[in-house]
Amino acid sequence: MRFRNPVYQRQWQAFRANRRGYWSLWIFLTLFVLCMGAELIANDKPLLLSYQDELYFPVLKTYPETTFGGMFETEANYRDPFVAGLIEENGWMIWPPIRFSHGTINYDLMVPSPAPPSAENWLGTDDQGRDVLARIIYGFRLSILFGLILTLASSMIGIAVGAVQGYYGGWTDLAGQRFIEVWSSMPILYLIIILSSFVVPSFWWLLLIMLLFSWMTLVDLVRAEFLRCRNLDYVRAARALGVPTPIIMWRHILPNAMVATLTFMPFILNGSIVTLTTLDFIGFGLPPGSPSLGELLGQGKANLHAPWLGISGFVSLAFLLSLLIFIGEAVRDAFDPRKYLQ
Amino acid sequence: MSRLTIENLTIRFGDNAPPVVDGVSLSLQAGRMLALVGESGSGKSVTALSILGLLPPQAQVRADSLRLDQQNILALSDSGLRGLRGGRIGMVFQEPLSALNPLHKVETQIGESLAVHQGLSRAQARARTLELLHQVHLPEPETMLARFPHQLSGGQRQRVMIAMALANNPSVLIADEPTTALDVTVQAGILGLLKQLQAELGLSVLLITHDLGVVARYAEDIAVMHQGRIVEAGTAAQVLAAPAAPYTRHLLAAEPGGTPPTPDPSRPVQLQTTDLRVHFGQSSGLFQRRREPFRAVDGISLQLRRGETLGVVGESGSGKSTLALAILRLIESRGGIRFHDESLDQLRGNRQLQPWRARMQVVFQDPWSSLNPRMTVGQIIAEGLKVHQRDMSASEREHEVTAMLAEVGLPDDTQHRYPHEFSGGQRQRIAIARALILRPELLVLDEPTSALDRSVQHQVLELLRDLQNRYALSYLFISHDLKVVRAISHELIVMRNGKALEAGPTEEIFRNPRHEYTQALITAAFAGEQKYQVAF
Repeated sequence: MRFRNPVYQRQWQAFRANRRGYWSLWIFLTLFVLCMGAELIANDKPLLLSYQDELYFPVLKTYPETTFGGMFETEANYRDPFVAGLIEENGWMIWPPIRFSHGTINYDLMVPSPAPPSAENWLGTDDQGRDVLARIIYGFRLSILFGLILTLASSMIGIAVGAVQGYYGGWTDLAGQRFIEVWSSMPILYLIIILSSFVVPSFWWLLLIMLLFSWMTLVDLVRAEFLRCRNLDYVRAARALGVPTPIIMWRHILPNAMVATLTFMPFILNGSIVTLTTLDFIGFGLPPGSPSLGELLGQGKANLHAPWLGISGFVSLAFLLSLLIFIGEAVRDAFDPRKYLQ
Repeated sequence: MSRLTIENLTIRFGDNAPPVVDGVSLSLQAGRMLALVGESGSGKSVTALSILGLLPPQAQVRADSLRLDQQNILALSDSGLRGLRGGRIGMVFQEPLSALNPLHKVETQIGESLAVHQGLSRAQARARTLELLHQVHLPEPETMLARFPHQLSGGQRQRVMIAMALANNPSVLIADEPTTALDVTVQAGILGLLKQLQAELGLSVLLITHDLGVVARYAEDIAVMHQGRIVEAGTAAQVLAAPAAPYTRHLLAAEPGGTPPTPDPSRPVQLQTTDLRVHFGQSSGLFQRRREPFRAVDGISLQLRRGETLGVVGESGSGKSTLALAILRLIESRGGIRFHDESLDQLRGNRQLQPWRARMQVVFQDPWSSLNPRMTVGQIIAEGLKVHQRDMSASEREHEVTAMLAEVGLPDDTQHRYPHEFSGGQRQRIAIARALILRPELLVLDEPTSALDRSVQHQVLELLRDLQNRYALSYLFISHDLKVVRAISHELIVMRNGKALEAGPTEEIFRNPRHEYTQALITAAFAGEQKYQVAF
């Protein structure tokens, strides 16, 4: 029912008419789904193995080495030639295409790390002997997830604050605007650097700190839209019908404000990803060892003699950001009334 | 002698599109005013724009002949057309605010075309501009020169537009709905000016309008247009007194007429206000200067009986819409509002007002902005039921909506469609259905017919009368159109600057208006009828 709505249909048509943005969306969605299953693509454990005619799923479950006739009670290290040999004797193993996880160190390197691209490490290894491609895949996932959660959370807060300010106006609006002016003048980067000196910034800590300052982007847009729409005739008619205020805001005004919001979202997502990358690059981001694009770039800078580090980091980041920009442009086209009201 | 001749003009947008203008032939005689009359979408504006070559490039214009004083316009090059526009043919547009450049002073607006067409120097242009401003009767032309469009009133802007059109002594003036955006009394002034200029300068005027009253009073010739064709043409007296084409008769019959049934003083009073006031911009803050508040509604007392209609008449800015919002308790006001026997003015907040909301409803002027484009018609109409009768099941609701649609004369499949699929008149019916589904006792109608064509207006008025009879509804009917008000109201209030100038039974006021402003309003609205003695 909802998607039969002509307004949405026209917008979808306009979005599709932007071929570049449309394809970017599909590529992005494909990459996103693939990254969500990063463990199945790049892992130091086999996806499936058969040992003495029984099936094991090492990716999903942890098996001690003794299961396969080894000596230790600890988890089996399938990359160990001894363990691998035991299993191969009594069955078989199916490996993911990349036999490294983001933290797996390749001890069999023939050259000192960082090692250049080879048949085993397609994009080479970093200075600790970890596979670059595996780290990019996991880093990609982390960046996107971080960006998405931050974007959604800050948009929800921003829309709620903007809606209340715009709808009620007057003193509510005035107080909100002044608070935002004061709050937005705080230097975020320095605050994070200071904070990271007394808490270890985990994924959620970083998210929370960034959220404290990123919710303001949308407030002005949504506020302006609510200020405009609260005097529309159909909003007045709804008030005259006695429709409760929250429902008026939700059903009659919010869809108008969502136009501005959705147009902005891909760009906010971009901004969030870039901020996380920046923090990782300068070393105040995620805890050491986490796979991240910023950390890869940092390594590239520290190891200029190993250009595959910098180039891989740059290309993957630039590709991700470009995709999002293209999608953003298509969304903007979709909501442009001059395009779809013709 | 024919100044401007059009023969068999056909215009279409795109190769396979149906023609917007279909074989139109017109002849504008020297020194006469020809009114091209038609409803919206009849192709009258497109016809006018094609004369000046102002249509967008995808328009395909074909004609056997398009001549200005024996000169073939169709054969003109782009530069030839530019010489024509603003040179030998002047044009006045409908909306003076958007037709004037907001960043230029009056002197520059008019001087520009003088410099382009006649190559006048600044001083010469200034002298000519002053002369033109005198000619269009603008007060204090010297100070007007330095004004920007936003500093002028609507009527003054339209006079500046006319001065611009006259700057290069054109022989033909095309006026495209020149007064539609203006108040009735201002309208009369502008049309009077056009008529006077026509006589003084020997102009031929092509007046495009939808208003037959205007035609009757000012034009010598009439051409009636319907769906891209000329259905009837002739002198005004001839066409109006003895219309030959059925469509012309239909248009004439659609002029609002009839009177409401006689009021019954024994009916109970439904709504009463005492000294109702709405003041804006009253500063009470600690650090703000005390300003004089804007008195949008300033002490209105009115009384409306059950089953009757109270007309509120006034020009734009007179406070009539604000009065409606105050009575509906959608904005803050002071003074008393009594509904039946209960006082509404002390109630605060949604919760206290909720039970009353169902008993008084509203229909707004613009049917395009009063329906949420993202909801189906069914959802729009059922919204009130969802709020006020929560225990109603979905199927019961749908049943109610179906019944309501039938009542306002719309087919049942309407409810699954979206507002943009409907015409203005149908949308106004939807708005009425939304208001009536809660079975209110009072309906506030804020210019419900102003955005509609005459014949659609007529149908909506009929519907309103019919509903009033059936349910003994009370209407507060706000309008600037005296003909419409006369056709539906029992009582009348004339408002200006937030105050009531005159109040009483409608017919009495029309027969014997005491205030001179009321007299001016009535003269402006009914002059056409008086001239030709035809009953519209």
